[in-house]
Amino acid sequence: MRHAARFMPASPADGPATAQWWVLGTALLLTIWLVSGPLAASTADHTKFKELEGPFATGQEVTEACLGCHTEAAAQLMQSPHWTWEYQDPVKGKPLGKKTMLNAFCIGHQSNEAFCAACHAGYGWEDDQFDFTAERNVDCLVCHSAEEYVKPFGLAGHPAYERTEYPPDSGKFYEPTDLVAAARSVGVSSREACGSCHFYGGGGDGVKHGDLDSSLVDPGRELDVHMASDGLNFSCAQCHETRDHKVPGSRLSMTASDAQGPIMRGRKDDRNPASCQACHGERPHSGDLLHAERLNNHAHILACQTCHIPTYARGGVPTRMAWDWSEATRMDGDGKPFMLRNEQGHLVYDSRKGSFVPKENVVPEYLWFDGSVDYIQPDAPVEPGQVFHVNRFRGTPGAEEARIWPVKKFSGRQPYDTEHRQLTVMQVAIPNDTSLWFNFDFTKAIEAGMAATGRPFSGEFDFVDTRMTWPITHMVAPAEDALACADCHRPGGRLDDVPGIWLPGRDSHPWVDGIGFGLAGLMLLGVAAHSGTRLVSRMRKRGAPHE
Amino acid sequence: MSKRIYLFTRFERFWHWSQAALILTLLFSGLAIHGTHSLLDFQTAVEVHEIAAWLLIGLWIFAIFWHFTTGQWKHYIPTLRNIDRMVRYYAYGIFIGANHPYHITVERKHNPLQRLAYLGVKLLINPLIWISGLIYLFWGSLKGFMPEFIGLQQVAVAHTLGAFLMLAFVIVHVYLTTTGHTPLEKIKVMITGWEKEHESAK
Ligand code: HEM
Repeated sequence: MRHAARFMPASPADGPATAQWWVLGTALLLTIWLVSGPLAASTADHTKFKELEGPFATGQEVTEACLGCHTEAAAQLMQSPHWTWEYQDPVKGKPLGKKTMLNAFCIGHQSNEAFCAACHAGYGWEDDQFDFTAERNVDCLVCHSAEEYVKPFGLAGHPAYERTEYPPDSGKFYEPTDLVAAARSVGVSSREACGSCHFYGGGGDGVKHGDLDSSLVDPGRELDVHMASDGLNFSCAQCHETRDHKVPGSRLSMTASDAQGPIMRGRKDDRNPASCQACHGERPHSGDLLHAERLNNHAHILACQTCHIPTYARGGVPTRMAWDWSEATRMDGDGKPFMLRNEQGHLVYDSRKGSFVPKENVVPEYLWFDGSVDYIQPDAPVEPGQVFHVNRFRGTPGAEEARIWPVKKFSGRQPYDTEHRQLTVMQVAIPNDTSLWFNFDFTKAIEAGMAATGRPFSGEFDFVDTRMTWPITHMVAPAEDALACADCHRPGGRLDDVPGIWLPGRDSHPWVDGIGFGLAGLMLLGVAAHSGTRLVSRMRKRGAPHE
Repeated sequence: MSKRIYLFTRFERFWHWSQAALILTLLFSGLAIHGTHSLLDFQTAVEVHEIAAWLLIGLWIFAIFWHFTTGQWKHYIPTLRNIDRMVRYYAYGIFIGANHPYHITVERKHNPLQRLAYLGVKLLINPLIWISGLIYLFWGSLKGFMPEFIGLQQVAVAHTLGAFLMLAFVIVHVYLTTTGHTPLEKIKVMITGWEKEHESAK
């Protein structure tokens, strides 16, 4: 069993929910472990290695033990975004990556390093002094341990080595992690290992993505036909097939069309193994004489995901559709921060963060996407009163390399500097006098955040509506649950406002119908007049005396 | 004195009625695809439309073969001779009980107006529907070979216009079947093949 950081740090009203999660999570994980047994068979039993007998005082010591045999592992990992949190915009050449990027959720990492580093594959990232070149700082266990291994928020990526009160003087404690047990349990990364960060982006289960949340630890077939525990039981790496610690298939730059056959074993090319086509090829439908060809032709226009992921957040975990920071810092009657939940028990307000809209079983929105995403740089100009797009998916309607994709559209409302007209970063999570979650003072929080970015802050701020788009690509449903024709082929269907296609059932030209029905109407009128005249004249003739 | 003539052979009658049924099916399912009505859900409509379309294509291939091997195509050679009399008949004569100006024989089954109308269907409406329908059906594979200005939209519009022209034809055609000596007389001829010869102007 394992966990990594997934809960927000202690906060006054957070107690019961957190406890519930622990109990639920633990029970769930125990069941899975009992049912599925240890991970894939290997020729090395790490419990037999002298090097892993410990004791280990720190995570770094474990890493040194790992590197004793896996000599190149750290050097490999250090090339990957899991370590660097950096990425080059393939179009604009500018730096991207968690290190500096802004989003519409918890906004930015800078000044919050010790907190956010709970999801860094390393030990000790606390501020800009972190040594990115020290191999011993690499955290092997967070991805490879199958035992309980928690990287709690606030400890700069370290697990708790002893019982630790956090935040200081809060009366709440992190329990220590058993490093020896964790080290001896290592193996290939499980869904939970990847999920311990990727399911919890945005500060909670399912918050960010919508198609990634803890329900994928033990999914049923209807939730995810590939990962189903009782079915194919794919790990993440089955698709995100990792070489040299480089994990392909990042959302920062995606493969939107991939109109090719499946990847042939041994062939050297740099295709993304995480696309559907990498296994299924570009003509995946067969068998149905009437429809196979038609569906295969749809694949020239639609991403597989469009039909095969009918809704996201299907596993019982809601995703966050909107987050309004401007509502934060309200206090209850006693002057204390508080939280509110809706009837389903999902968080809708938190004094530290503002108000939220959580949703389950969400129908995606659809847009043309060629795989390239335009992320703003942190200093991109904000137009007051106008919606600010934190990112945009590129794609020309009808273009060869673009497909119609399902996406999650997220609405934020977040602070910006009204004088410099830039989004601001806030220090929110560090237990000190400037962080928003501890002091509830926006100005101080922004000041501290902006100081860490090196961008100026005028002292004046307001809130701006923001949007962020997320690809929907996980939670692939079984074929029988795919969308039906009429989900799109009707007026008001799912693709109602997608341009660049002629969609039978949705589209018609009023003038064509006008001419057509007009003509038919004229004919009917003519027929009616003619037959009426015939009838009348015949009756007259009957009435008249015979000649 | 009235003599009977065998006007429509067995194949001709089979062709006529199965074509009628298929065209009505195609109209009905086509308009469901088009979104005009929702008596069929989209998928069913597409399935029905595609199966009926293939049957119709098959039928047409047979019919074309038949027309040419039997020489029956000659019935559709257009003529303007006496067309004025036909027009006058339908515009006036029919109301006063005038005799039909056209004398049907096995060699000349169709009056000049019919010739023109059926030829129009065969040379304009059918090919329009047929070609646009096939392009529509194989759009996924044909798209790449199409000139720039032809998108699926143009194909769909052509096909829909063809369908409306067919609808207009069907309305008038069905109505004209009632203009025999009794309203059902002409229908019976197309069922039995036998036409009673009536005295009429030569
Ligand atoms: C050669 C025979 C035909 C073929 C191959 C054909 C094929 C098609 C195809 C492929 C479609 C698009 C929907 C789909 O994917 O099934 C369609 C739509 C349609 N068809 Fe046909 N069809 C044929 C004959 C007819 C006939 C005889 C009629 C009516 C008299 C008709 C009326 C329509 C209409 C109204 C639509 C909807 C067009 C739109 O809204 O885009 N079709 N047909």
